[in-house]
Amino acid sequence: MAFLSKKSQTVLKDPLMNNNPITLQVLGICSALAVTVKVDTAVIMTLAVIFVLSMSNTLISLIRNFIPARVRIIIQLAVIASLVILCDQVLRAYMYDMSKQLSVFVGLIITNCIVMGRAEAFAMQNKPGQAFLDGVGNALGYGIILIAVSVFREILGSGTLYGFQVIPTAFYESGYVNNGLMVLSPGAFIILGLIIWIQRTVYDVEEK
Amino acid sequence: MLEHYLSLITKAIFVENILLAYFLGMCSFLAISNKVQTSIGLGMAVTFVLTITAPANWLIHNYFLKAGALTWLGLPNVDLSYLNFIVFIAVIAALVQLVEMIMDKFSPALYYNLGIFLPLIAVNCSILGGSLFLVERDYNLMESTVFGFGSGLGWFLAIASMSAIRHRLRYSNVPPKLRGLGITMLLTGLLSMAFMAFSGIDL
Repeated sequence: MAFLSKKSQTVLKDPLMNNNPITLQVLGICSALAVTVKVDTAVIMTLAVIFVLSMSNTLISLIRNFIPARVRIIIQLAVIASLVILCDQVLRAYMYDMSKQLSVFVGLIITNCIVMGRAEAFAMQNKPGQAFLDGVGNALGYGIILIAVSVFREILGSGTLYGFQVIPTAFYESGYVNNGLMVLSPGAFIILGLIIWIQRTVYDVEEK
Repeated sequence: MLEHYLSLITKAIFVENILLAYFLGMCSFLAISNKVQTSIGLGMAVTFVLTITAPANWLIHNYFLKAGALTWLGLPNVDLSYLNFIVFIAVIAALVQLVEMIMDKFSPALYYNLGIFLPLIAVNCSILGGSLFLVERDYNLMESTVFGFGSGLGWFLAIASMSAIRHRLRYSNVPPKLRGLGITMLLTGLLSMAFMAFSGIDL
């Protein structure tokens, strides 16, 4: 990290924990939950978001002085949508099964509030280098939560982790059953609620 | 035939609720659901916009973008489906703008109630999600309209009940760190569990 200035370091590290986009800024929860049944889909989704968010932040920051304020939203959307199309086509070409599993949720990165929110709040005011780091940092912060939720859901719901069996078969023989609720949507809401609770306790954040 | 649409609409509202089963539109749901009045306004606006954008995007997908859709222009080998995302989002943004203008002209009362929510809706995941689902599930025009309306109604139901729950919650003693986002997520989990009781209903 020595090659980055102090400011760049905070830009990159802040969103990971102290100012996490999902749990503290409350952005981008939409797509966060649907892909967390298994860890592998969550990882691919995180990679897609890292790509889209860092590139969109950089590009928007590069053209920020040429964008008229009145039409900035539509320009931001056009940049983001083109990047998402690129991502979707690459996934379809090289990882077809994965793109089938993610179904519409890759497309929904377009309306993911993190991407728009960071473009509007950070990239429009800062230099491309900083904007790139902010994009990577926020996408990683998003990914951490996504992967944390999916780890719990996969272990408790399917007894596996990244596709490998982690709960010994002896457990099943003595009557242990996977928690079916974790695979379904309520599991995602409850796990995320608990993660938010723990994180806000650790970082001492309170809503009025 | 009617039963088919009836089963589609119950499925969209209850069994596969776009918010509680597919997690779409969570951002505005979390931000708005602390007031009953505004939740109902936003819910109505989402229902309205979804009912219009679903058939509009169906038409565009089937007559312009799908593989072979341009046969009527004499171009049977063109496949523009990779443009789906960008065209859908542009159509949604344009339609929202149009609806806003028409409403302002012909029904100022409705505009007064829903107007402030309309710009928010253009980037609501549930609207784009609705359009993407109808492409993925290969609905026809009538089915997509019914599906759009049903999904909107389901979203409306979810946000209205959540705002009522949060209204009551003001008088309860929630642990300080759980207040706000945390407790709302847990409650949404319970609400979604309640909606799962509808699964298996087939008309």
